Amino acid sequence: MKFGVVTFPGSNCDQDCYHVAAEVLNKPTDMVWHKDKQDLSEYDCLILPGGFSYGDYLRTGAIARFSPIMESVIEYAEAGGLVIGICNGFQILLEAGLLPGAMKVNDSLKFVCDYTKLEVVNDDTPFTNRCNSGDILEIPVAHGEGNYHIDEEGLAELIANQQIVVRYLSEEENPNGSVDNIAGICNQERNVFGLMPHPERCSESILGNGSTDGYQIFASIVEYLSKRGEECGE
Amino acid sequence: MDWKVKIKVMLKKSILDPQGQAVEDGLEALGYNNVSEVKVGKHLELSIEDVATEEELEEQVEEMCERLLANPVIEDYTFQVEEMEG
Repeated sequence: MKFGVVTFPGSNCDQDCYHVAAEVLNKPTDMVWHKDKQDLSEYDCLILPGGFSYGDYLRTGAIARFSPIMESVIEYAEAGGLVIGICNGFQILLEAGLLPGAMKVNDSLKFVCDYTKLEVVNDDTPFTNRCNSGDILEIPVAHGEGNYHIDEEGLAELIANQQIVVRYLSEEENPNGSVDNIAGICNQERNVFGLMPHPERCSESILGNGSTDGYQIFASIVEYLSKRGEECGE
Repeated sequence: MDWKVKIKVMLKKSILDPQGQAVEDGLEALGYNNVSEVKVGKHLELSIEDVATEEELEEQVEEMCERLLANPVIEDYTFQVEEMEG
């Protein structure tokens, strides 16, 4: 089981994600450089980390989406590979069209850096199978543009297909004004997941604040991949 | 032929513009009470070389807007083109 962490110029959570995959999950992990279009089929899960790729110029994720590696990531995702995009990684997935919708500036116009309470809405995904729907996860956010937007028709589709994976617990808890308190969504096929909160920042107790809820997301990925491996007779 | 292009990218009308709202509040704080509907957008200027007709040029600019310069999910764009004097 091998993880790949895609690094763009301006990514700043790539080492945190690497640490969680390599040290906390104890799985072989590579850093994958943005300039190299390459065959990614050796990886079982790709992580698109947070940060400010290409300075967030024009729109968050807009330039990163056209870096050479993204062509490979799109191919990988379309072939069913697991992709998790965290914060800026989520923004890149939206710009790349791997997930529907778009990101706006936070309603408050402020950069928000805080713990948020999330409700697990769909526990039947490779990223949340260790949780139960209704569980509350405490995971921090740190972003200026996390105000997820999708039109009414698109939202109805997300709900009907159970693509909303995590929601901020309430409107008061919503740090950015996102539609329907959406914090994270997946694609219809369930193999691509994007979320604004940072599970890699709360996957070990040493990192403080008492929450290790982020670990549940990564452990879900491992559990999903282990089961899939068994079914394939690996 | 060479061209100058000016592109305006704005949030769609149906989408709340928190920046515009903040600027409007700022103007009101300065005493401009008759200002409303403030919208903040982006203005891009660029030169394009070797395109024979305005029609071809518009096609290219539209494509560039759709693919990168605007996000069609939340933004609309308009543009003006002008032939560069040789």
